[in-house]
Amino acid sequence: MTEKKEEIRTGFYICHCGHNIGSVVDCPAVVEYVKGLPGIAVSRDYKYMCSDPGQELIAQDIREQKLNRIVVASCSPLLHEETFRKATSMGGLNPFYFQMVNIREHDSWVHTDKNAATEKAMDMARAAVARVRFHRALEKKKAPIHPDVLIVGAGIAGIHAALTLANAGKKVYLVEREPTIGGHMAMFDKTFPTLDCAACILTPKMSSVKNHPNITMWTYSEVTSVDGYVGNFTIKVRHKPRYIIEDLCVGCMACIDACVFKQKFEDEFNQGLSKRKPVYIPFPQATPQVVVIDPEQCLKLKTGKCKESCAEACDRKAIDFNQKETIEEIKVGTVIISTGFKSFDAKKLPQYGWGIYPNVYTALEIERLVNASGPTGGDVVMRDGKHPKRIGIIHCVGSRDESTNKWCSRVCCMYSLKLAHLLHEHSEAEIYNFYIDMRTPGKSYEEFYDRLLKEGVNFVRGRVAEITDWAMNKDEEDHLVIRVEDTLAGFVRRIPVDMVVLATGLEAREDAQDVRRLFNIGCGGEGFFMERHPKLAPVDTFTEGIFIAGACQGPKDIPDTVAQAGAAAAQCLALIDAGAIELEPNTAFIDEQSCSGCKSCISLCPYTAITFDAVKKKAVINEALCKGCGTCVGACPSSSIIQNLYEDDQIFTEIEEVLAHV
Amino acid sequence: MKFSYFPGCSLKGMGGAYETSLIAVMEALSVQLEELDDWNCCGATAYMSVDESKAFTLAARNLAIAEKKTDDLLAPCAACFLVLQKTQKYIKDYPEVGRVVRESLRAGGYDYAGSTRIRHPLDVIVNDIGLDTIKKTVKHPLKGLKIAPYYGCQVVRPYATFDHQDYPVTMDNLLKALGADVVHYPLKTKCCGGSLTGTLPEVGARLSNILIREAKRQGADLITTLCPLCFFNLDSYQDKMEGPEKITMPITYFTQLMGLAFGMPSSKLGLKRHIIPILPILKERQVAIA
Ligand SMILES: Cc1cc2nc3c(=O)[nH]c(=O)nc-3n(C[C@H](O)[C@H](O)[C@H](O)COP(=O)(O)OP(=O)(O)OC[C@H]3O[C@@H](n4cnc5c(N)ncnc54)[C@H](O)[C@@H]3O)c2cc1C
Repeated sequence: MTEKKEEIRTGFYICHCGHNIGSVVDCPAVVEYVKGLPGIAVSRDYKYMCSDPGQELIAQDIREQKLNRIVVASCSPLLHEETFRKATSMGGLNPFYFQMVNIREHDSWVHTDKNAATEKAMDMARAAVARVRFHRALEKKKAPIHPDVLIVGAGIAGIHAALTLANAGKKVYLVEREPTIGGHMAMFDKTFPTLDCAACILTPKMSSVKNHPNITMWTYSEVTSVDGYVGNFTIKVRHKPRYIIEDLCVGCMACIDACVFKQKFEDEFNQGLSKRKPVYIPFPQATPQVVVIDPEQCLKLKTGKCKESCAEACDRKAIDFNQKETIEEIKVGTVIISTGFKSFDAKKLPQYGWGIYPNVYTALEIERLVNASGPTGGDVVMRDGKHPKRIGIIHCVGSRDESTNKWCSRVCCMYSLKLAHLLHEHSEAEIYNFYIDMRTPGKSYEEFYDRLLKEGVNFVRGRVAEITDWAMNKDEEDHLVIRVEDTLAGFVRRIPVDMVVLATGLEAREDAQDVRRLFNIGCGGEGFFMERHPKLAPVDTFTEGIFIAGACQGPKDIPDTVAQAGAAAAQCLALIDAGAIELEPNTAFIDEQSCSGCKSCISLCPYTAITFDAVKKKAVINEALCKGCGTCVGACPSSSIIQNLYEDDQIFTEIEEVLAHV
Repeated sequence: MKFSYFPGCSLKGMGGAYETSLIAVMEALSVQLEELDDWNCCGATAYMSVDESKAFTLAARNLAIAEKKTDDLLAPCAACFLVLQKTQKYIKDYPEVGRVVRESLRAGGYDYAGSTRIRHPLDVIVNDIGLDTIKKTVKHPLKGLKIAPYYGCQVVRPYATFDHQDYPVTMDNLLKALGADVVHYPLKTKCCGGSLTGTLPEVGARLSNILIREAKRQGADLITTLCPLCFFNLDSYQDKMEGPEKITMPITYFTQLMGLAFGMPSSKLGLKRHIIPILPILKERQVAIA
């Protein structure tokens, strides 16, 4: 589809990238080789093409040598395609007359044979030089950015991001699945390494969220569908019925007192360490301060038969047994996903006895047990009613373990230290920590470890083999025995304790795959959401306009979570304040002449970007929705779909030339 | 359902009660067992430590015979079950071992591709036949009988093919389906002493007696096993028990208990082949014996 016959004058530039390319590929030899290719007017090498002088070289050559095609052989287009397109337009040429060749990731970094690598670079250069002849001038389209932001998950990550954006004047929808916001942090008594009270630093933020005029806080709600693209998402949110009219309830709890049930249902917030009624508030500082009725447990909702003493007790008439789930549709321009983590299920390692021995606890249970507002008011009393004299904390339960999760969960060493301190403070028990390696990288973290050593906590290095109540001798009787190879002392030890704490690792949420699909983002092998680049784009995803923050991206502590939340908010602000985003023009369009109207493309399009014009009997592609995946192009039986930057003659010439060497 | 059956030496000798009760129970569950033609000793764990490649060849001969039939191979003895699995795995994972073994087999006119599926009857009964069928077959639930489920080490280690390596529960669930009470038994996968009772009897006996004491402490009436060597060690050395009080603890195969619950005549279950008699506790707990 070249528009008119013109003389092709191509400029070719090969980058040494310091030693990255230059030490493997013989760049001057490639320059000489390319000089002999058809249409080449300039062929040069340069140490760093991405530097200012490198870019200027291209611009100057375009002006002075009347170049009309540019090829740069350097690194990945992900890194510098934009840089060189910009250089191309600086020289006065449409930036799409440019083609990039990746001879770093695809060549010098993965080969050691210099001759073969140099030949490969020549092949790739030849293919690009041939392809670029068929390029056309294209225009980037601009998409306006809707200024509202959706945040999914209201743990500390979602809360911090919401407040940052709202304080900058942006309107935020904060959607939380549970009846209250707060996430895991709301369960903690204190936080490492400073041991500041979690509630004192979190609950003010929670109430700011609730009261902020720019934040619409939806608890007990979930996102059910996502349509559109960056700047222009249409989101459907499902509000589950609480059976309480939120605007009327003031959280006086009269209904809870009146409920005919005893407290007999597991209290999720207290990790099952206490019981609650079917009508409840998760915890005293829950936000919003609104009760919720569990329809699986409530007599009225289950059987229709109850004297409804709760409704009678409510003088504000806030209880509504007829409430139904509702769906609300909103428009936003950007999204932050901050759905957090799930703790490893300790049942999967029965040798540690959780669920078998009552006095074996998970770390989250201990967070509640030492909590001043927890089920025992902070008294460390075990399930058998006794107070422990000796406690063992076992690190790496479901972390760094071939049979469960291979990764280090990053926070467990630190929270185990914290729990060692708190348990000792609350019970005066002697504390043992069993670790494989102590991992305390972080500001003031090693110092915290040091402090615990000085406080007299015992540290035993070795992965615990089992917890058993089998007593080998009198001392062990009526105790739990921790059997471990002490790898520093060099022998197997059996240490009798009263209470065991399992430092369970952090995992991706059970429904992470569903959320991933809903928002069209990626997950790594461990199930956590994948960032666009591990170093340079840690809160971006591969879908434009959707960002991730906090423990949903990987195990991390509160400081790192908050830092990411701030970063994600800043990324949204950058888009919103730019007002619009330029879209890649790599979209597909229909050649109306040859389209037979067979409709095969319509159902194939994953973005529902194709519709049917019933009058003309032709398919129509909505450019704003098209993401340039190419599915329809390949599927069209009459070859009537063309994709910018991937036209037939461009691709086929490239393939022919790259293979010409063989 | 049909299986090739590899009894191994033990079930033809001191583990006779295991064999008779297994065959009876499988018949009741309509499972056909066809004894492997011309099988030989698996070599047990001892031979492995003397000469690995001969030991693998010895065991692989059985696998080669079984492979000619398409049925899975049932190996009730925990040691056979382990040795056969280990042989198969080494042949597959270590090409040099595989080469030597195949060459030796070929010299004897055998060929082994590596496809035989090796199964333990406990796995088959609980996971293939299913606890629902078991419950339906039970005529006399073992009500009130308190049982310590003892798995020993070999059936789940190192190859945990059907249950957890340290804390298996398959037999617990089966015993519950038979109507019995299963006691908490923290030593369920601890070693019984194995062949130490033959080489260092004081050590071996001490290890197996630890298991008996703990079962008693947990309130068990009897211990049930799935391994002939465990059965032998636990049953035979109780007179060597140290300490002030004298403890006796009847030992059973899980298949014997199934037979009892299924209402089978005791003559089919080898109930007389115990050193520590089992009938008294069954009478005391009023377990119906047909
Ligand atoms: C026992 C323990 C102790 C710890 N102690 C400390 C400490 O002392 N100091 C420290 O710095 N760090 C500590 N951490 C780490 C800390 O918990 C995390 O850094 C922090 O909670 C991460 O916050 P988040 O917002 O990313 O995730 P979360 O706290 O998990 O919050 C995620 C929120 O998203 C909601 N959600 C999930 N899925 C959806 C969905 N699909 N739709 C809507 N909402 C959804 C959840 O209900 C939840 O409210 C500890 C961790 C553990 C396990």
